[in-house]
Amino acid sequence: MKPLPVSEESLLSGTRRHFFGRCAMGLGGMALASLVGHGMGAEAGSPYAPRVAPARPRAKRVIYLFMAGGPSQLELWDHKPKLTALNGQAIPDSFLEGKRFAFMDTSFKNRSTLLGSRRSFAQHGQAGVWCSDLLPHTAGIMDDLAVVKSCATNLFNHAPAKLFMNTGSGQFGRPSLGSWVTYGLGSESRDLPAFVVLQSGPRGPRGGPANWASGFLPTTYQGVPLRGSGDPILNLSNPEGISDLRQRRALDAIRDLNLRRAVVTGDPEIHTRIASYEMACRMQTSAPELMDLAGESAATLKLYGCDPAKPSFARNCLLARRLIERDVRFVQLYHADWDSHGGPGQTIDEDLEKVVREVDQPCAALVKDLKARGLLDDTLVIWGGEFGRTPMGEVREKTGRNHHIDAFTMWFAGGGIRPGIVLGRTDELGFNAVEDRAPVHDLHATILHLLGFNHERLTFRFQGRDFRLTDVEGAVLHKLLA
Amino acid sequence: MLSRELASVVLDGQLHMTCRWIICLMLLANGMPLESGLAAARDAKPLPQQHWAFVKPVRSVIPRISTEATMNPIDAFIRARLAVEGIQASPEADRVTLIRRVSLDLTGLPPSPADVRGFLSDRSPDAWERVVERLLASPHFGERQARIWLDLARYADSNGYSIDSPRSVWPYRDWVIRALNADMPFDQFTVWQLAGDLIASDATLGADQARDAAIASGFHRNTQVNHEGGVDVEQFRVESVVDRVNTTATVWLGLTVGCAQCHDHKFDPISQREYYQLFAYFNSCENDGHGNASLTAEQTLELGTPTEISQRNEHRAEVSRRDKALADWAATELPGRFQGWEAGLTEKTRNGLSRLLRDILAIPPANRAKDQSNLLWGMFRDQDPDWKARRGELDRFKLQEPMIPSTLVMKERPEMRETRVMIKGDFTRPSNVVTPGTPAVLAPAATSGRSRRDLAAWLISGENSLTARVVMNRLWQQFFGRGLVETENDFGTQGTPPSHPELLDWLACELAEPTEKTGAWSLKRMIRRLVTSATYRQRSQARSDLAERDPRNVLLAQQSRVRLDAELIRDVALVASGQFDSRIGGPPVFPPQPAGLGAFTQNDRPWKASEGGDRFRRGIYTALQRSSLHPALVVFDAPDANTTCTRRIRSNTPLQSLTQLNDAAFYELARALGRRLPGAASDDESRMEMASRACLGRPPEVEERERLAELVRLERTNGQSEVDVWTDVVRVFFNLDETITRE
Repeated sequence: MKPLPVSEESLLSGTRRHFFGRCAMGLGGMALASLVGHGMGAEAGSPYAPRVAPARPRAKRVIYLFMAGGPSQLELWDHKPKLTALNGQAIPDSFLEGKRFAFMDTSFKNRSTLLGSRRSFAQHGQAGVWCSDLLPHTAGIMDDLAVVKSCATNLFNHAPAKLFMNTGSGQFGRPSLGSWVTYGLGSESRDLPAFVVLQSGPRGPRGGPANWASGFLPTTYQGVPLRGSGDPILNLSNPEGISDLRQRRALDAIRDLNLRRAVVTGDPEIHTRIASYEMACRMQTSAPELMDLAGESAATLKLYGCDPAKPSFARNCLLARRLIERDVRFVQLYHADWDSHGGPGQTIDEDLEKVVREVDQPCAALVKDLKARGLLDDTLVIWGGEFGRTPMGEVREKTGRNHHIDAFTMWFAGGGIRPGIVLGRTDELGFNAVEDRAPVHDLHATILHLLGFNHERLTFRFQGRDFRLTDVEGAVLHKLLA
Repeated sequence: MLSRELASVVLDGQLHMTCRWIICLMLLANGMPLESGLAAARDAKPLPQQHWAFVKPVRSVIPRISTEATMNPIDAFIRARLAVEGIQASPEADRVTLIRRVSLDLTGLPPSPADVRGFLSDRSPDAWERVVERLLASPHFGERQARIWLDLARYADSNGYSIDSPRSVWPYRDWVIRALNADMPFDQFTVWQLAGDLIASDATLGADQARDAAIASGFHRNTQVNHEGGVDVEQFRVESVVDRVNTTATVWLGLTVGCAQCHDHKFDPISQREYYQLFAYFNSCENDGHGNASLTAEQTLELGTPTEISQRNEHRAEVSRRDKALADWAATELPGRFQGWEAGLTEKTRNGLSRLLRDILAIPPANRAKDQSNLLWGMFRDQDPDWKARRGELDRFKLQEPMIPSTLVMKERPEMRETRVMIKGDFTRPSNVVTPGTPAVLAPAATSGRSRRDLAAWLISGENSLTARVVMNRLWQQFFGRGLVETENDFGTQGTPPSHPELLDWLACELAEPTEKTGAWSLKRMIRRLVTSATYRQRSQARSDLAERDPRNVLLAQQSRVRLDAELIRDVALVASGQFDSRIGGPPVFPPQPAGLGAFTQNDRPWKASEGGDRFRRGIYTALQRSSLHPALVVFDAPDANTTCTRRIRSNTPLQSLTQLNDAAFYELARALGRRLPGAASDDESRMEMASRACLGRPPEVEERERLAELVRLERTNGQSEVDVWTDVVRVFFNLDETITRE
């Protein structure tokens, strides 16, 4: 919405004063003053009010790059010459004892054999961190990353595993990480939601909105999807045929009548509603402004490899930076489709290469850009999927790899993370994490720690129990901290 | 001898403190050494009394606080407490507020202007009671009450998890509406929902009742079903049972037994073993279709007439006849054409094929594996014009199958499954075998039966200390904004104790005991009790004297202002717009929603907005797709239907404002009324009044009228059409806090 012409504004505020002057019970000048001009932001008592974390936070905000489908750590990060040497041989029984896998009935009929990666690996950065030739851009920021090769999860199907990675539970109905963080820290943005979700790739992530739902927390804290086309936020545009001027006039009347009712009933909830309308109105301006990349330099667009007109992961990375700059607390980017089973469109060769190419440059660009703008120090960047992929090949139409929960790779940057390190090690086949195992609950505990929370104390009482993101587990991974 | 026995009783710690002292004195009198007697008494710790909720309620004595003989007992309890605190109850709200309040609370619909006029002009002493009776008898009563029950039942029209395909279980939703309209006693309502499939064969039931009892068992078929590829079916079958146990315990007992799935309950006396005893009642149902397992015919009840069903079966038989005919045709006609086709393939056509097919073609026909030949054959057949035409015709014929409504019902396996305690709740770690049973802390079941029917009978038996209290507390929450026990889903030791324990027990006894006029467990009777109380009819305006003394209104010296539930926000706009289609029941409908919502879900399912009357049905009928609920429902805190919901959150967010301001469905309704207003009255004042009455039930006050006149003037100056001007006025009303609030 454009700013109103001066005459109109003064006319309206004059009307308003006239109106309140006649209110039977009168109205405190303070309430009026707070509504004229900027309106009410997130003030104390509001669910959006910014809150101070109990401990000194290292990160104030989070960008989570979620690689939906389960990227293959063995093609990207976890260099296993032994696996290549044993290519085609049966996996020793000792590895499989007591393990459960997705598609157990089908994929184990023809007992799968070890599959060595065909990628070439090299060491990068001062610490000499290994990654494959698929990640040339990420290789260039290796000194800023902490690469965790020993991540482990509990669930081997996409939707439950994604929920587990996001909410600490495979069941639907729990609050997501972003919801916990905004519940704990509130919002510093007056014009945009505190928790924003962006999506790219052929389709939405499995599990859908449950991945950013607020569960039993108030819906105030749920992730707001920012859409790639049409209105960036649902119902952001005026109804068809309603001009900005008409909308503003209606909003003014709504506010005035609501204020009057607030006086009659004495219900503070009405003031919250008035504030909600004011923020909605600001969002109508700020969200389109956010999406408009015309002000970004050619150099920046080139850095990200971003066509401003087309929805893409690259554009979402750039939008993530813009959101952070506008004090949004938690930004989550989903990019499908990493599910390299070996079926059509899912090969571990060309298809994986295609999806990596979509993310490699923008991810690196985001870290570089945040660093250049001084934002990386207090912004935590997370990269990873819901699980990894098996060292055994899976034969569908072509070769791929099955879901693997015992060891996979994620990386972290900025926001109090110790840069330029590798945490954890897997066995010689890349099957199990054998050093510094990093289960999901521990990753969550660490993320909350960086934001200034003890993960055992950030709780919400529901159905008689104090729930927390880490359920009954979780330990901070101190080696990850700067 | 006597002394020694008494001493052991004291040291055993089985007695109340006072009794111990008495016994110690007796011991002393009997010659016990003084020091040891005193020491025994001193060391004896008072036993924690049995937690209040586990003790059977007794009908409390109604306090006598005035000479007025006809005082509603509810008011007697509330006012007696207020008198102790020295707080005055609030006066009765004005009549417009009252009729809007009770209409929204009982039917979920705002009163019509005629209803309001009627009540305002009715000066008879029982005017209020007659309004209440009319609303209790309204067919919309069942719709409103059903929606609240459906939250508990986690009802939705899709299977949930990531695939989330549609399901048909709406006949269950309609049964709930019918049952509540008919005031089915809550004990029967309970038994039918937990075990309707088991009683459907009772000889005492007529055919319609038997069918309804089976439909009612759909309560526990509202669990999610996981159709994702590669899942472990047993894992999700167990999840369904867990959900049934937890939901049952929450809905009827107000207990959080879910904690005991993995370990003994930390706070309440429920052991992990007892959890799996409850689990055992539900463990012998058929698998619900996880991992695409097929359902038995008995799990999907068809609701057509015998004629409809035989016509449908005939159609299916015809389809399979034609299917076979087509296969026969293909077997004789096509092989020759296939050979010709392969022989005549040009280089160019070959190159247009997928790599896989090219590889197969390179193999001589005799050497091809069976699936290679099949793949090639299928590819050839699908491009044959004759085949395509015949196939297409058959597919079109298949689509003409007569639709017969069906619903999901429970089905017990012929043989019981063995139930074992699962270590840490992990289904891969079974431990000791258990049999069905109820928790020891509660009164035992009257029979030792092991079916769901026995569990249901136990829940509503007079000895159960929880069910009646839990039900009445939720009703109280519904009509007063908060339960007498604030933790409506936790009556255990970690829950909050009741603010008015005597009142809660009186209500529980009143619900569970028959009266002269009605049988026991009549919900309508209890709702009538609540809404005819003076406590219910109080004003809801904030009082400065209470701001400090009782800011959360625990003592109920006033009513609460409550934002309407998501569905009702739509219903109020629907009725005000004049577009409302009041039909009750039927398949889910699809009101307009913004395009492109499915982009964020795994499967982008089509949402074709309904046309005609179905576009304007009440919110309860909106199709509930778990992975992508209608955004106007989500934004106003409708539950996600994944687990039972005993109380909705009431948030207040900018996304709600955007929805009400800009959502096409709301705008369409505003425009409908805006279009009518210019012709409905000749002057602006009357038009404003009509809009105000439609949305708020009351005429606008002077200041409001002036403010709206200002808006009308500005819009006209701006050159807007009259329809636009009045649409804007209606939009203002639609967006008022008062419109979406029950005051």
